[in-house]
Amino acid sequence: MDFIAILSIFVLACFVGYFVVWAVTPALHTPLMAVTNAISSVIIVGALIAAAAPTVLGAIGAGSGVAKALGLLAVVLASINIFGGFAVTARMLAMYKKKERPVAK
Amino acid sequence: MHELTVSPWASLAYLVAGVCFILALRGLSSPASSQRGNRFGIIGMTIAVVTTLVTHVPVVQHLLVSDAGPTMAVRTIDWVTVVEILAAIGVGAAIGLVTARRIAMTAMPQLVAAFHSLVGLAAVLVGVAAYLNPQAFGISNLVIPLIGQPFAVIHPVSRIELGLGVAIGAITFSGSVIAFLKLNGNMGGKPIMLPGRHVINIALLAAILGLIAYFVTDQSAWIFWTITGLSFVIGFLLIVPIGGADMPVVVSMLNSYSGWAAAAMGFTLHNSAMIITGALVGSSGAILSYIMCRAMNRSFISVIAGGFGQSSDAGGPAAASDRPWKRGSAEDAAFLMSQAEQVIIVPGYGMAVAQAQHVLREMGDKLKAEGVRVKYAIHPVAGRMPGHMNVLLAEANVPYDDVFELEDINSEFAQTDVAFVIGANDVTNPAAKTDKSSPIYGMPVLDVEKAKTVLFIKRSMGGVGYAGVDNDLFYRDNTMMLLADAKKMVEDIVKALD
Repeated sequence: MDFIAILSIFVLACFVGYFVVWAVTPALHTPLMAVTNAISSVIIVGALIAAAAPTVLGAIGAGSGVAKALGLLAVVLASINIFGGFAVTARMLAMYKKKERPVAK
Repeated sequence: MHELTVSPWASLAYLVAGVCFILALRGLSSPASSQRGNRFGIIGMTIAVVTTLVTHVPVVQHLLVSDAGPTMAVRTIDWVTVVEILAAIGVGAAIGLVTARRIAMTAMPQLVAAFHSLVGLAAVLVGVAAYLNPQAFGISNLVIPLIGQPFAVIHPVSRIELGLGVAIGAITFSGSVIAFLKLNGNMGGKPIMLPGRHVINIALLAAILGLIAYFVTDQSAWIFWTITGLSFVIGFLLIVPIGGADMPVVVSMLNSYSGWAAAAMGFTLHNSAMIITGALVGSSGAILSYIMCRAMNRSFISVIAGGFGQSSDAGGPAAASDRPWKRGSAEDAAFLMSQAEQVIIVPGYGMAVAQAQHVLREMGDKLKAEGVRVKYAIHPVAGRMPGHMNVLLAEANVPYDDVFELEDINSEFAQTDVAFVIGANDVTNPAAKTDKSSPIYGMPVLDVEKAKTVLFIKRSMGGVGYAGVDNDLFYRDNTMMLLADAKKMVEDIVKALD
């Protein structure tokens, strides 16, 4: 993908974000923060690439060992966020209950 | 030449993941569809992670030397690395799940701040890894000179993306750590003012941007590390002068930054899932910041500049004047409310501090049993993060259709018998509507004073709200002050209602 194609996705996604987020009810703003936090951990994709890259010997691969270690650490951090973020959002959302209507007999 | 070859199927899978994330946020438009939304988020993340694992299977190369002479390279799966990666995910999952299960709902703001710091740090680590091993990320050309070692030259566009990604990630990290310390009470909520901080911040920002521009022409390590280091410093300096009640804006802003950091990394990796998510999260945080600023009638710049009410002592009446006020008891409050037709409860940060949400719901139930209509009115900046009060009330089993936003309920106070203010202060101050000299003039407030009676729970008459201004409401004829700890007072009212 060239830069302009990527930029197009980005700009359009910003507009989608704008409309989707304004539609979120204010009562759910805290879960919104928790879930956006979880999904921004999609940065784990970069961490996985760094962690999975083969370490190369020689001058060209001087940083590859360190890069792999940092990648693994980033995988741990992003995983905390992903699992923690989705779990805490689910926990919060489960608490929102409608008024119990008396059942008609 | 080394270009990252991405299979069209992988690109498609990342796009599907991005769409799932859009649907995840879309689900939050109502509590009824919200849990489905969260599941879409989980599906999207699973798709993104599995796709990456499948397209980036770690391999090792063995050289086979046969007797005949020619050697050939054989690639096999590097199981050690596979196990390491799965272990890393497992460790993160265990920490995340245990934290999510154990955390108290009142501690949600600091948890979110802590999570933001992790995204920021992860972005920095990924950026550093990409800088150290650009070939693995497909963002560089390998140059093999006639003399000397081959070296990787990072694409100029990738250098800008990398520089921005690391800078935003670092700001998110150090800013969120400070926000966490303030919200968690490890650090005083009072703004800490450094002399000349605006000049320092602007100089630092200019230096970071200048270095990113220079990084395009020169990929030396010192430039990269200086960008990273300065960004950590500016994140710290930006958040330190911001006080406790401005935290809703700060938490939203850091939420936004964590999104932009992910987007910048998405540009580096040409990954649509990361770009879509980054844009979603970035705009989400920005909109929340805007809503919070509007609810305080303050500009974003003035919040970031820090120090609400600190320099404007001259404005507004002096704190704790000796005007007469009325004091009530729990029995008075119980009697007034049980006789009422409608009671509107106005919770604020004080309710969260006192953990009074459960006993408050009990009081609401008792009143409902006596035929009183009970509603809850929530100001957008009540609490320490957007929607903070709603979550606490939901935790206490208050049905969400009893809970109303400012603009939906404000006209009802005039027809209400009792407004019950618990732990809120500045958001009820009528001076915001009438007194032009007040620092909070122009801020939208709840019209509680229009109710027949206002019951106002407060620890003592001495303290003032966050803005440092006295509240006119205390001295009104229709106001009765209930001086006690919020939880203790509501417990006493519940007893008196029996």
